[in-house]
Amino acid sequence: MQTLEAVLAGHAFFRDLPHDDLQLIAGCGSNVRFPGGMRLFHEGDPADRFYLVRHGRVALEIASPDRGQVVIQTLGEGDLLGWSWLVPPYRMSCDARAVELTRATAFDGACIRRKCEADPRLGYELLKRFAQVIGQRLRATRLQLLDVYGTRG
Amino acid sequence: MAECELPAPSVLTADGLETLFAALRRRDYRLMGPTVRDGAIVYDEIRSPADLPAGWTDEQDGGTYRLKPRADRALFGYAVGPHSWKKFLFPPATRLWQAHRTGNGGFEISQDREDPPKFAFIGVRSCELHAIAVQDRVFLDGKHVDPTYKARRERAFIVAVNCGQAGGTCFCVSMKTGPKATFGFDLALTETLEGGRHQFLVEVGTERGAEVLIEVPRGKAASEDLVAAQQAVARAASQMGRTMDTAGIKDLLYRNYDHPRWDDVARRCLTCANCTMVCPTCFCSTVEDTSDLKGEHAERWRKWDSCFTMDFSYIHGGNVRSTPRARYRQWMTHKLATWIDQFGTSGCVGCGRCITWCPVAIDITEEVRAIREGEQQPPTAPAQEAKDADA
Amino acid sequence: MAPRLFRVRRITREIHDTVTLHVEPAERDGEVSFAAGQFNMLYLFGLGEVPISISSDPAEPRVLAHTVRAVGPVTNALCRLKRGQMLGVRGPFGSGWPLREAVGGDVVIVAGGIGLAPLRPILYHLLAHRDQYGRIVLLYGARTPRDLLYERDLARWRGRFDVQIEATVDAADTGDGWRGHVGVVTTLIPRAEFDPAETTAVVCGPEVMMRYTIADLQKRGLPPDRVYLSMERNMKCAIGLCGHCQFGPTFVCKDGPVFRYDRIAPLLKVREI
Repeated sequence: MQTLEAVLAGHAFFRDLPHDDLQLIAGCGSNVRFPGGMRLFHEGDPADRFYLVRHGRVALEIASPDRGQVVIQTLGEGDLLGWSWLVPPYRMSCDARAVELTRATAFDGACIRRKCEADPRLGYELLKRFAQVIGQRLRATRLQLLDVYGTRG
Repeated sequence: MAECELPAPSVLTADGLETLFAALRRRDYRLMGPTVRDGAIVYDEIRSPADLPAGWTDEQDGGTYRLKPRADRALFGYAVGPHSWKKFLFPPATRLWQAHRTGNGGFEISQDREDPPKFAFIGVRSCELHAIAVQDRVFLDGKHVDPTYKARRERAFIVAVNCGQAGGTCFCVSMKTGPKATFGFDLALTETLEGGRHQFLVEVGTERGAEVLIEVPRGKAASEDLVAAQQAVARAASQMGRTMDTAGIKDLLYRNYDHPRWDDVARRCLTCANCTMVCPTCFCSTVEDTSDLKGEHAERWRKWDSCFTMDFSYIHGGNVRSTPRARYRQWMTHKLATWIDQFGTSGCVGCGRCITWCPVAIDITEEVRAIREGEQQPPTAPAQEAKDADA
Repeated sequence: MAPRLFRVRRITREIHDTVTLHVEPAERDGEVSFAAGQFNMLYLFGLGEVPISISSDPAEPRVLAHTVRAVGPVTNALCRLKRGQMLGVRGPFGSGWPLREAVGGDVVIVAGGIGLAPLRPILYHLLAHRDQYGRIVLLYGARTPRDLLYERDLARWRGRFDVQIEATVDAADTGDGWRGHVGVVTTLIPRAEFDPAETTAVVCGPEVMMRYTIADLQKRGLPPDRVYLSMERNMKCAIGLCGHCQFGPTFVCKDGPVFRYDRIAPLLKVREI
């Protein structure tokens, strides 16, 4: 069975991080499990954790009075969930719910944040990588926003 | 197969011209030629040389066309007007077929059975011969041949005229389409009025032309007749109202889809579509399906269309080319660049009509010049690769 | 060129605004033939003509399927046709998907919305000649779970063990009961199972979706000459004579609608061309 560190080293997001950083981050991680239907967090919750989904599916949702919970994105195996822990005001920006049984590694974002304040090099490295993730999500969201399959006029 | 030798040039008088017309009419040709109407020289049905614009000339410039009387009685002493021969070969409105409902919830389609008209075009200029050849490639050389064009084109008898003077907006010399007619005619006339003698040098282009000419009294062409004709054409060549540098023009326009000049012309262009209507090579059309009020009889018509219209490029609730900038760019880039990749020749024959008939005097030769001169440095050509890669 | 008379044999109501018409020639022994990716011009008596992709199995000799979305007067009327009614069909026109070029490698099919319709014929062909191809992957994005086309076909194909089918929707409401992916179709590309060095990709959908998709396929290492897309422009004659469908120097009706990406990549970068 692989150690968490080995798992991270093999993951595209953490690739080429120095051994010490990987150890540190792995040290802040713990395995978690969400049965299908369970809420991971709510919009506005303090953002102290981020997750690496190992198996299953998580739906990001926005509550809308007339439409109920609208799923705007799902994340699955290998996806990183949560970037708000790195960016003030450190609040979750939407709801998250496990669609089916989901196993993930949860990382203590608050702890890693403190380490980043002390070691800006690590902070910059993580910020670079998360910025890429955010950029990809933004690009995908823009395409969603265009509602290209909808009819006009 | 050995080509029969065509007769040498000969000389006709105005009476001879009358006999030529009669010979054509006897062969059931409908004569279409220049005639004065509504202050312009248009192409319409004529019966005799008396219908030609004798003693008239035209003054043309950007957005300007005026008829002025001549000092002589020349029959072809003008350039081209708002009409081109495409109105006969590619009619502005053509019924493609009709249909009527049948009992079983279906319908039946019937094609029109009329005989296609037999035209004799009188007074076709060299640029117009090139324009007809350009449209031949569009309508006859593709996978789908246009039957209306084909039928009319095959039957058309062409009497060309070599220009003795250039129009104010002409640039056939730049486009290598004139002023001398070198192909595509059954007969070609060069009018001269020297020393009180009004005559026409006649060159024979085809056996069909030779066969008609046999019935026309004519004289032998002396060397001074040939020289006079050459001088008339040379005079026209030296008087060109416009020039266009066509060197590398395809790549030039492919490189400059984002040139600021397009914004400049867009501020002037009214997208009135005049240029496409008068252009002898523009071939865009639309299809209209109609039915009668009872819904029992339907027809499909093909009509002239223009890329300048708002919804020419309409898809999915919007227009791909919604701005005048995009539409002018489409027209000019098509005419001078993409046409070459599509059909192997330029779409422009240098007749100058688009310059004359533009209400705001946009001049295609000036637009090309401005793009060429205003170019910073040539980056890689975008659309060029699109067709090249196909090879 | 006059339309050929066809009769509506069967109608499938796909989703709220989309219908598939299964049509056959009116003449008793009439046959049909087309290449996957081609389209027909469908004519309704006295009303007009529209270009609609053919969405049936190219091996079927008698019946053609056209999936029509109601967006204008003619398509609305097509969607209201009943069994036994007649329409006119001109075609098939245009270039087809690169079935031959794709042989021996993996095939990735990326469909957006009704873009799945002109891609369905290629799926029929690939699955009927399964041993000629490597992995087959279909990535399909629609607006909402209620906009997914061909659910029965998708379910049937998912039941096979030799093809990967992934569907996603742009958004899902609680009431939809959707437990699948939510997100644009490009999000399915990173995890699709194919070898970029040995893959042909075919893409069809709204132009923006195709541009984003091709960018993400290239990020996975697909070279531009192994990606094919289906373009759409205004069409009137469908035979390269009316000029409406021009896209740079190409006529979409005869040089397309299927284009190899590298051949038109520069044109896709010019706005309002």
